[in-house]
Amino acid sequence: MSTLAMHASDGLLDAPTSLLFGAVAVSGLAVATVRARRELDDRTAPLAGLVAAFVFAVQMLNFPVLPGVSGHLLGGALAAILVGPWTGALCVSVVLVVQALLFADGGLTALGANITNMALLGTAAGYLVAVALRRFATRSRAGLLAVAFTAALVNTVVAAGGFVVEYAIGGQGAVSLGGFAAALLGVHVLIGIGEGVITALTVGAVASARPDLVHLLRGAPVARELAR
Amino acid sequence: MSAAKRGAWFFAAFAVVALVLAGVVSYFADGDPDGLDHVTTRGCTEIEGRLQGACPAAHAEDHALADSPLADYTVGGDDGLTGLAGVLGVLATLVVSGGLFWSLRTRSRSGRDTSRGP
Repeated sequence: MSTLAMHASDGLLDAPTSLLFGAVAVSGLAVATVRARRELDDRTAPLAGLVAAFVFAVQMLNFPVLPGVSGHLLGGALAAILVGPWTGALCVSVVLVVQALLFADGGLTALGANITNMALLGTAAGYLVAVALRRFATRSRAGLLAVAFTAALVNTVVAAGGFVVEYAIGGQGAVSLGGFAAALLGVHVLIGIGEGVITALTVGAVASARPDLVHLLRGAPVARELAR
Repeated sequence: MSAAKRGAWFFAAFAVVALVLAGVVSYFADGDPDGLDHVTTRGCTEIEGRLQGACPAAHAEDHALADSPLADYTVGGDDGLTGLAGVLGVLATLVVSGGLFWSLRTRSRSGRDTSRGP
């Protein structure tokens, strides 16, 4: 197995479970495609394309989290904060499809599970946290960075939780589910801290240059203040 | 600077950052297994290149497209060309997502757009 593989391979989940989450992913993407139309216009569509390309690039940059263990950005919260939750889910999905088809990263039968975890669940959780904390994000630059960090941390841990659920339904191997869940969630708390830092830096940079383009700040009267 | 120019500069800078991260910074990425890989291989030992034991990853199958030219972020298996693979990936993602989002967008009613990107 290559250490450059970043997403779940084929064979970790049994066929019925892979099929089930393939159906979940297709349904979720159908809804996201319809809803994303309302988030996309002549200004935001180019940004959304760039956000997907940026997520692809940053996913390549594994950072150390423990001796012998690395982590990388998932990008759902980052994309949702910048371009909206439905478009954000599509951004991460495009990245996962490109990785699976062009770079042999993330199994083809596991694609549904990978999209469900990283593009749908993680993005939704991260965006809900960002919206719940939105009043802090619009108040000050420090608030915006803290909200981006927190949303991204939650996004990472929830995406890992999605894989735990899939593994509980139809995982292969004979390891204890409790131990597996604890190890996977624990390491993804650490990865989530890295995800949080990257997301805060990126959202902060975009907000400095073009606060008007940050979806989470849309309609906020103080958006201009955040450009400082 | 006009709004249109400012928009173009911002989008160009964003694209350059993504290309530099994938093309150059990717050489400095940590090569250790990621969190998922690490946890799914726990409880197995590698014997002659194959994982043996109770861990989930012992059931992992080779990727169906493992022989494709950019597999594992290399070019033809050469990981010295990871940066080139990354640049191609950024461009492929940009084309697919850009095309998708541009076709999904709500067209501006005036027919004129003052802040269009590149």
